[in-house]
Amino acid sequence: MTVTPQLETDAVRLSTQPEPVGPRTSRQLLAPARRAWRQLTSMRTALVLLFLLALGAVPGGFLPQRSLNPVRVDEYLRQHPTLAPILDRLSLFDVFAAPWFAAVYLLLFVSLVGCLVPRIRLHARAMRKPPPQAPGNLSRLPASAHWETRLSVDEVLASATRQLRGWRTVRHADAVGAERGYLRETGNLLFHCSLVALLIGIAVGQFFGFKGTVLVKEGDGFANAIANYDDIHPGRRFRQDSLVPLHFTLDDFRATYGADGKARTFDAKVRYAASPDAAETPYDIRVNHPLHVGAAKVYLIGHGYNVHVVVRDKDGQIALDASQATPCLPQDARFLSSCTIKVPDTRGPQLGFEGAFTPTTYQNPVTHRVASAHPAVQNPGLTIVGYSGDLGLDVGPPQSVYSLDKTHLTPLDNGRPHLLGPGETWKLPGGGSITFADVTEWSTFQVTQDPGKGIALGAAVGIVAGLCLSLFVRRRRLWVRARPGEGAHTVVEVGGLARTDAEAFAAEFDEIVGSLRREIPAPSAPTSSSKTE
Amino acid sequence: MAQLSDSLLFVAVLVYAVAMLAFAADAASRRASRLLTVSEHGAVLVGAGGPTVQLSAAPTQRSGYAGTAAVALTLVGWIAHVGSVVTRGLAVDRVPWGNMYEFSTAAALVAVTGFLVLVLRGRVETSLGAFVMLPVVLYLGLAGTVLYTKAGPLVPALNSYWIKIHVAAAATASGAFLLSGVIALLYLLRHRFDARNDAGEPVHFPVTLGRSLPAAGVLDRAAYVVIAFAFPVWTFAIIAGAIWAEAAWGRYWGWDPKETWSFITWVLYAGYLHARATAGWKGRKAAWVAVAAAGALIIDYYVVNIFVVGLHSYA
Repeated sequence: MTVTPQLETDAVRLSTQPEPVGPRTSRQLLAPARRAWRQLTSMRTALVLLFLLALGAVPGGFLPQRSLNPVRVDEYLRQHPTLAPILDRLSLFDVFAAPWFAAVYLLLFVSLVGCLVPRIRLHARAMRKPPPQAPGNLSRLPASAHWETRLSVDEVLASATRQLRGWRTVRHADAVGAERGYLRETGNLLFHCSLVALLIGIAVGQFFGFKGTVLVKEGDGFANAIANYDDIHPGRRFRQDSLVPLHFTLDDFRATYGADGKARTFDAKVRYAASPDAAETPYDIRVNHPLHVGAAKVYLIGHGYNVHVVVRDKDGQIALDASQATPCLPQDARFLSSCTIKVPDTRGPQLGFEGAFTPTTYQNPVTHRVASAHPAVQNPGLTIVGYSGDLGLDVGPPQSVYSLDKTHLTPLDNGRPHLLGPGETWKLPGGGSITFADVTEWSTFQVTQDPGKGIALGAAVGIVAGLCLSLFVRRRRLWVRARPGEGAHTVVEVGGLARTDAEAFAAEFDEIVGSLRREIPAPSAPTSSSKTE
Repeated sequence: MAQLSDSLLFVAVLVYAVAMLAFAADAASRRASRLLTVSEHGAVLVGAGGPTVQLSAAPTQRSGYAGTAAVALTLVGWIAHVGSVVTRGLAVDRVPWGNMYEFSTAAALVAVTGFLVLVLRGRVETSLGAFVMLPVVLYLGLAGTVLYTKAGPLVPALNSYWIKIHVAAAATASGAFLLSGVIALLYLLRHRFDARNDAGEPVHFPVTLGRSLPAAGVLDRAAYVVIAFAFPVWTFAIIAGAIWAEAAWGRYWGWDPKETWSFITWVLYAGYLHARATAGWKGRKAAWVAVAAAGALIIDYYVVNIFVVGLHSYA
């Protein structure tokens, strides 16, 4: 795919590009199909497809993508009510799953395979074929030299064969042909075959892989089953029974921060077991340090705070105790987190609370707005608005644990927010109370199984190795001819050519000619010349 | 130590700027001397009426006093530049390519190294110097002012030994690609200059700059050599990034904006390598592909980091 013939004599052709096949009358019906095929597998088509692939990826690099961030896509749709639906119709928010993108890369790969198969055949043949006959006039090659010697024709050619170690040589009647650098084309083919293997690896992962995320509170456990996940992305051919039967318990999560509030380390201490009855092993899951269990990997992908509150009803009975952790979802980099607390089990009206947890609480003295000044727990505060009435848990569609359905709720204290420090209590109007008891942490974990990963990695190694060979190995040919000259002298002619990097070849050629001259010495008075261009 | 690193970079930029002026002076003096030799040859031709010989020979090959000084200055600047990167690494006690400022200075170091290698091995002439040093000086100036980040530790996601491998490879390939982009642009300039000249059309600024550039073929080959070096390194950088992403984010590829633009850059350079071997795409078209690819690289690094939200939005 990288060389086109320039020098037309067969002997000096280095390209293994397929010969054009002449049309045959018996196959005339197939002619248009063959033309289309040849067109598709031509270098020019491949180039155009390559540029289309790059161009097609551009919107994926600028526009928000559903696969990455559906929230930002919705935002974009709201902000651009006229333009966005058109973009959406063109799948520009799902570029990498779009049919037109698939069409481009599939055509490219068909073209690639169509080009590869004949080239592999030709290269296999070329590897077996001896170097070609010497061209008639070696001095017309890009690099050439000649001198005279007293050695016989046979001695010259035998010596040349010995000198050309590392070259593939063949002895013709009056000349030695030599060739090396076959690895260039081998590397080229390896690179392109590895690209196909990479695509296969990705496809295997897409079809048979699995990805799920789950939030686990400190002290809680997780058993690997579809039902226990918060969010799952199974591949189209993923089977539930291929889930690794692992389970783990989150004992402690710890994050450390610099004074500037930037995170330094995240560390989730877990105990895990690879099967239900195996003994548990402790492990630290950190960023860049996932847990491997069989085919599954467990990653630490997020963290946040749980608040623990004690809620008493108007009779003073505990309706929610401090052992219940309520996870709050972080809203900003300093972990101001939104919390929703539902208290259905009261005697009397049900209670609900909504508000924000702030690990390092800062209240603006003028506006009284509460913010967090640092992501670590230094001065925790819980700012809440209370509601009483019917939480609506028993009727209607299932609701999110992270939001209150306020249709049958009335705000307490006119909806005024109350800021509670640790241990502080808000006596609710109409009886009952809420006490901010404690803070713990939670982590989100992602469990991934990708059976195509190994194939992709192997392909990646092949890609780099093939690329290096095809870019740095030079294919070159060399001939040494000896013919009887005047008197008892033999005329030695050397000629060579390289497809690429003529300068480096010129240096190599001079070196070879130098060593040949040492072995095949000229008579005392040198009558020789050499040229390289 | 951090202070020393900043001062060294300042020295490097200053020396590079002087080297750039020396390269410019060299190019100017060379043009003057070439005009002289051409007119001498003209005189000889008129006198002898014989066959034309060696019109394009010697004077363009040898660099004069200014050229030697410029290369020496570039070397001095390069040493200060290396010193700056090394002391930065010592100051922060980690690899010195953890944020955009550090990445840019490291990539520029690779570009200057590549240029020096090309010049010292005789692959290109010194007349290229002014054109290469100008973007380097601007780039470093930009890095030192707009992107400057105080020496400090890394965010957790970057805290991995892969930063040494992935980012070092990416910075190396980026520096080389940027250099090749400059060379490809200069090739296009030279090519247009030649075309206008051959057609006998008037040549205006900036095409006139093409006069003092190396021959189009030399520039074409230099751009190829640099890209052929950088492309496998870039491929490796992407693969190392994928392996790292697999460890840090739980997937080896996810079309994050940075990944997407790295892919676009890769595909365009693959296109360049193929174009350079395809009839009808050699020369000018291939050079435009190299320029477009360098543009994608710049988007990949600067536009994506600063304007697009994604997993690589740190630093």
